[in-house]
Amino acid sequence: MLTTRKIRAWYFVHKWTSLVCTAFLLMLCVTGLPLVFHEEIDDLLKPQVQPAEMAPGTPKASLDQVVAVAKQVRPGEFIRFVFWDDDDPNAVFVTLVPRLDAPRDAGKFVKLDARTAAVLDQPEFGEGLTAFLLKLHTDMFLGLPGELFLGGMGLLLIAAIVSGVVLYGPFMRKLDFGTVRRDRARRVRWLDLHNLLGIVTVAWLAVVGTTGVVNTLALPILQAWRADALGGMIAAYKDKTPPAQLGSVDRALNSAQALAPGMAPQFIAYPGSLFSTAHHYAVFLHGATPLTERLLKPVLIDAETGTVSASRDMPWYVTTLLVSQPLHFGDYGGLPLKIVWALLDIVTIVVLGSGLYLWLKRRSSPLEARITALAADARLPHAPPRAAE
Amino acid sequence: MSAPTSPPRVRNVRDIFGAPLLLALLSAGGLLSALIGDGLWDVLSWFGLGIPVAVIFRFALWPCRR
Repeated sequence: MLTTRKIRAWYFVHKWTSLVCTAFLLMLCVTGLPLVFHEEIDDLLKPQVQPAEMAPGTPKASLDQVVAVAKQVRPGEFIRFVFWDDDDPNAVFVTLVPRLDAPRDAGKFVKLDARTAAVLDQPEFGEGLTAFLLKLHTDMFLGLPGELFLGGMGLLLIAAIVSGVVLYGPFMRKLDFGTVRRDRARRVRWLDLHNLLGIVTVAWLAVVGTTGVVNTLALPILQAWRADALGGMIAAYKDKTPPAQLGSVDRALNSAQALAPGMAPQFIAYPGSLFSTAHHYAVFLHGATPLTERLLKPVLIDAETGTVSASRDMPWYVTTLLVSQPLHFGDYGGLPLKIVWALLDIVTIVVLGSGLYLWLKRRSSPLEARITALAADARLPHAPPRAAE
Repeated sequence: MSAPTSPPRVRNVRDIFGAPLLLALLSAGGLLSALIGDGLWDVLSWFGLGIPVAVIFRFALWPCRR
C-alpha cells in the first residue's frame, strides 16, 4: 500500500498536470465531438456531387485524360496530388496549386468521374464548419507551434492518467467498484463519479491521448521521412533541371503497380510536392485488407522516363503515425463506433469538469487533513503501512 | 456481501483493480478489432468499447445498494 508521503506526491502530480491541461483538453473534447462525425456533417451541409450509376465494369478513362481535364478547370496552375475516394473507386480528386512552392494548405480540389473524366465538383475541403473546428483542434490557428503545444498538453494528460490510476487505489480501499455515495455531500458524490468515469474510460483515453500526441508530430515525421527517403534521390538528381514536360502519369502508375501487384494507389504526389522530389512522381500504394489499407508503400517514378527510381517501405515512425490516425479519429469501425466514441468523449468532458469542480471545492476542506485521513484509511487491518515498499 | 453491522471491508489490490482491468482489456480489444477487419470485427469493437460505456450508465444513473 502507498504511504502518506507517496499518496501526497502522486496527488501533487495529478493535481498539477490536470490543472495545466484541463482548459485545453476541454477545448479538444468539445471540438473533437463534432469532428468524430465530420463526414456526416459535411455531407449534410455541403453534399458533393457523386459519380453517376453506370453498368458495373465500365472501363476507366486514362489518368492522363483525367488530369488534363482538371488542368482545364484551373488553367495555369500546377497539380500537386491525385487521390482516390476511399469509399468510391469511381471518384478521383486532383489538388492544384497556383505555384509549386505554395503553402501546404493552398490546394484547390477538382473531383472527377474516373470513368468519363467529367468534372463532378470542386469541393472546398479547407473551408466550412468542420475545417474550422479541425484547425482549432489541431493547432488553434497557430501552425506548428500550436500543434506541438497541444502535443505537450497531451503528454500532461498522460501523466494525469497515470497518477489518477495510482490514486484510484487508496481512494477505493473501502468502496466497491462503481459505488456512488448519493447520500453524502455533493463533493463526495462527484468524487465517486470522477473516479468511476475516469477509471472505466482510462484505456480509451490513454490511446486517444497518446495517438493524439503522435498526430501533433505529423509534420516533423513527414520531414524526417522526406530527408531520410528522398534525400539520396534529391542528391542524385542535383545537377539535373526539373523536367519541363512531365511524362505520362498512367505510365508512372503502371510502373508502380507492376512492382507491387495486389496493391492499389491511394495517392500520387506530383514532382515538386512535399511528398516527392522535383524529378519524380511518388505513387503511394496501399493494401486491400483493413489492416494493410492504412499502410503505405511509396514508389518513386522518374517523371520523364516513367521508370522506377526507388521503392522502400515506410520506416517505423511513419507507420506509427499512419496507425495512430484512425485510433485517434475513431472513424474506422462504422457509425456505431463513432457513436460510442462520442459517448466516451462526453464522459471525458464530465471527468475533466468534475476534476475541476473537486479542485475548486477542495479549498474549503484543508487538504492536509484529507490526505492524512486517506492514509489512515490505508492503514486499517491487514495492511501494515510499509508492507508494499 | 458483508453483513450490515460489520465494519467496512478493506479491499486488496485485486478487489480494487479487477473490474477496471477487465474493462480496460475489453476496451483495448475493441480498439484493435476494428483495425484488424471489417464486418464481425467492427461489431466486436462496438461491444468492446460499448460495454464500458454501459457500465458507466449502470453505476452512475442507478444507485447500487449493498
